[in-house]
Amino acid sequence: MLAYVGRRLLSLAVTLAIASAIVFTVMEILPGDPAEVMLGTNARPDTLAALRAQYGLDRPAPERYLAWAGGLLQGDMGLSYTYSVPVTQLVAERMWVSLPLALIALTLTTLIAIPVGALAAAKRNSATDVGVMTATQVGIAVPNFWFAMLLVLVFAITLRWLPAGGFPGWKAGAWPALKALVLPAVALALPQASILARVMRSSLLDTLGEDYVRTARAKGLTRAQTVRRHALRNALIPVLTIMGLQFSFLLAGTIIIENVFFLPGLGRLVFQAITQRDLIVVKSVVMLLVASVVVVNFLVEVGYAAVDPRLRRRV
Amino acid sequence: MAHRIARVLSLALVAGIAGFAAGVASAAPRKDVTLGVRLEPPHLDPTAGAAAAIGEVVYANVFEGLTRIDRNGAVKPALAERWEVSPDGRTYTFFLRKGVKFHDGTDFDASDVKFTLDRARAADSVNPQKGLFAPIEAVEVVDPATVKVALKQPTGRFLFDMGWAAAVIVAPESAADNRTKPVGTGPFTLATWAKGDRIELARNPNYWGRPAALDKATFKIIGDPTAAFAALMAGDVDAFPIYPAPENVDQFKADPRFKVVVGNTEGKTILAMNNGRAPFTDIRVRRALSQAVDRKAVIDGAMYGYGAPIGSHFAPQDKGYVDLTGRYPHDPKAAQALLKEAGVAAGTRLRLVLPPPDYARRGGEIIAAQLRKVGIEAELVPMEWAQWLSEVFKNRNYDLTVISHVEPLDLDIYARESYYFDYKNPEYKALYDELAATSDEGKRIELLKKAQEKIADDAVNVFLFLLPKIGIWNAELKGLWENAPIPVNDLTEVRWGE
Amino acid sequence: MTHPADIAPRVPRPFVARALAHPSFLLGGAIALVVAAMALLSFVWTPHEAGAIEIARKLRPPSTEHWFGTDQFGRDVLSMIMRGAVTSMAVSFVAVGIGVGLGVPLGLLAAARRGVLGEAVMRANDFVFAFPALIIAIMLRDVFGPGAVNAMVAIGIFNVPVFARLAYGAALPLWTREFVMAARVAGKGGALITLEHILPNMLNLLIVQATVQLSLGILAEAALSYVGLGVQPPQPSWGRMLNEAQTLMALAPRLALIPGTAIVLTVLGLNLLGDGLRDLLDPRLARER
Repeated sequence: MLAYVGRRLLSLAVTLAIASAIVFTVMEILPGDPAEVMLGTNARPDTLAALRAQYGLDRPAPERYLAWAGGLLQGDMGLSYTYSVPVTQLVAERMWVSLPLALIALTLTTLIAIPVGALAAAKRNSATDVGVMTATQVGIAVPNFWFAMLLVLVFAITLRWLPAGGFPGWKAGAWPALKALVLPAVALALPQASILARVMRSSLLDTLGEDYVRTARAKGLTRAQTVRRHALRNALIPVLTIMGLQFSFLLAGTIIIENVFFLPGLGRLVFQAITQRDLIVVKSVVMLLVASVVVVNFLVEVGYAAVDPRLRRRV
Repeated sequence: MAHRIARVLSLALVAGIAGFAAGVASAAPRKDVTLGVRLEPPHLDPTAGAAAAIGEVVYANVFEGLTRIDRNGAVKPALAERWEVSPDGRTYTFFLRKGVKFHDGTDFDASDVKFTLDRARAADSVNPQKGLFAPIEAVEVVDPATVKVALKQPTGRFLFDMGWAAAVIVAPESAADNRTKPVGTGPFTLATWAKGDRIELARNPNYWGRPAALDKATFKIIGDPTAAFAALMAGDVDAFPIYPAPENVDQFKADPRFKVVVGNTEGKTILAMNNGRAPFTDIRVRRALSQAVDRKAVIDGAMYGYGAPIGSHFAPQDKGYVDLTGRYPHDPKAAQALLKEAGVAAGTRLRLVLPPPDYARRGGEIIAAQLRKVGIEAELVPMEWAQWLSEVFKNRNYDLTVISHVEPLDLDIYARESYYFDYKNPEYKALYDELAATSDEGKRIELLKKAQEKIADDAVNVFLFLLPKIGIWNAELKGLWENAPIPVNDLTEVRWGE
Repeated sequence: MTHPADIAPRVPRPFVARALAHPSFLLGGAIALVVAAMALLSFVWTPHEAGAIEIARKLRPPSTEHWFGTDQFGRDVLSMIMRGAVTSMAVSFVAVGIGVGLGVPLGLLAAARRGVLGEAVMRANDFVFAFPALIIAIMLRDVFGPGAVNAMVAIGIFNVPVFARLAYGAALPLWTREFVMAARVAGKGGALITLEHILPNMLNLLIVQATVQLSLGILAEAALSYVGLGVQPPQPSWGRMLNEAQTLMALAPRLALIPGTAIVLTVLGLNLLGDGLRDLLDPRLARER
């Protein structure tokens, strides 16, 4: 097992090293100059050169790559060109929006999907089941940004119950902050809940077909009792796997929703940083996102390998 | 179906407004204000960044210069109480206010002025408007309250230029950290900056001048026009001094809670043509485009009718303006004939580059449709600012672009070597040089008119409209600027009540 | 999740008869056909010239002349929707084409060779998956300029690992099957076996997945156009129509409702079609559902 983990760790390190080289190279190719963006149309060549020197952009690319990658290893993401504050600080601030948003969205997803999926499975082929399956089909087909627009139209513009966008910060109190996250979280959760509900349903149906469940039924338990006592727990395993995937998707995939609601989250940070050519921020955050996906994959694989020794031989 | 939903929703909207208006009660005048701004400043040091969003927060509020530009675009004393100009126009003596302190408690005196001006023109300066300081030859501290500035040549605009946001006075002790911790002399200090959401200013109790009426001012960053609309309607913000969506203005006009003020800016919006590149090297082609574009349709379509038409590179409210909007009347047939004469084949493809602002993206789409009618296929190429700056502005790699020039009185750009629209005309350059060296008011106005006419005659660019400043604010709020001679939100006179 | 081991030889039953009795296949197929027909029709006829700007008639409510009204530039919304279907379909089809064209061969190669090469192919795929999609699209735009091709490539890139994994997962167990063994014994090479035995046995799976990716592609195209990364005007696009409608929500909500509904219906249709195909082409899976 140890040898396996060692091999996988090595492959993880190689993957991250290649990723960092690619990210860095792409940033080099990207047209546009952070100094020009900062100094605008009346900038003179000498002021541009001075600012580039301040940013450290006058040094050769390999040197800058090593400095950046070396910094990353020590948890130092560098200094943002635009904001003049450490990127780690920016990321930490933004995490306080993106992370709660993803968590709330995931909670909503789970709270909707599990009962609905279970209900549909328990009442298989009934009108309820057909209704749920139809609703989830529609839910999957709805673009989340469009759903977000509709939510804004109804709850922010017309009813004025909730803000149309922006985030007051957690210092403004938990309630105003949560209020600002409700609509984005709902917009994110709907399609995800639709997917998860379908997974839940089919997973539960699979379990209900297993022998031990049939035995339970044969012992005289009602269908509902069987579902609650036996099938539910086992059916949740694939559901949890999907949820894990959804969480990383929610964390990285909120860019559009954060832009619709103008939430100062991680996604919006990257989006703005690209347009302002705050490349140091883009590089570091993209690496962070890539690393999180790669590491989660690694953990999942190691986890499966721990359960199933046969998998260790591969790689 | 969609129509019915729309009706139900708009009914709900009207009901909502009535309900809200009934709930508002009058009370003692408030001491705080929340302004909506569209863009977040990257940082808060106007001497190190060109973004207008910086000045919109800190100018006149946190930082002050020797002079300042007021709501009418006039030069007024600020940290310099008064000044004297030598007869040859080359020496300016500034007499400074006494007893002024920076926010960190350090004293303001002549050495700070010398530091600021020297820093801005130093070799390692990152001042976005370094050109403003180019005429300065030397800065001399006469005594703590007097500074003498020697110029290389007489510069008529010098006092005006010293009122720009990029020329505010900073202290050697704090200048390096002004990006995140701005330390100025103004009536407000920075209280908090919740990045991505808002910037709060608090009244400076030790201000040298008339103290501000407000205790607290919040700049709330609302980038999305829909959210801006909702925030105003819900009362989350008290004012949106530069409101981003002209399409919603009528709804505010109909609501007595709001005051809608459509003022002007210095933003001359143009369809710039690359004069250095075929087919625009041919004046007939440039004139043809001027006739092909229907200015009124552009203003109606892109700006919902807001924005005054212009016929040259000059704002109608500025002294010396001549109305040249009739110089090239909209006439697609004449345009087609001119193009044919110039040998431009029907179906010629050109690249129309569009920077991010709505006026450009929307205006560009309409202009492309108008050009198609005279046989020019304009391919729309939207770009972010970063790319626009390097592709269009620096490398001149474009055919057409839509852009607003917001600097006041910037006829000089047509005399510049290798500017992005690449206009090279020795006659105009001579004209402009004469203008720059002239101080007699009557003669200046005459030259200004000539310059405007020359630019229009040469059809350097297609002149579209003056960018409006649509301000929407709570009807009870007083003292905000109606026009925007420079892009700022001066809070010094803002207060609540009659 | 589809387990490759579940793939069974096709049961010879009259396909058409089963298809005509399958509600979601029928409904999905009908919607997809309507959208496709609308797109094709728009090449020869639209109620008004699609995308023609006429400021004087802007923001007209629906009428007999303009069934869906006009937008902020006076363009006929119905004509835009019709032509927008072309954009959606074209981008999504090509993106799936890229995914199938690159992903399937890669997956097959990885399964045929396994070992280091197979591992490398699959790792490279994971790698692509790890990059945030939208950020890749933005960078593509900034380097190559926006446009339909870009949207196709951006979406297509992410289809590659999907099909590669699918092909790999489906091919691996097939390699241990008797008929493949027999072919090997007969002296056939890896390439030939793949072509003759492996590929035909995963065709159904590929068709179903392609339908799913097609609907995802339409959502992705809408999202890209919504943030300004897709096709450029005057070419209409549903996603861009939504973007432009955003500031007009309080004024003319129909401008947001109509294109959104078009997207939902199209995606829904393709998803139903995909479900139906899965049931019809893979009876074993259908029984499980």
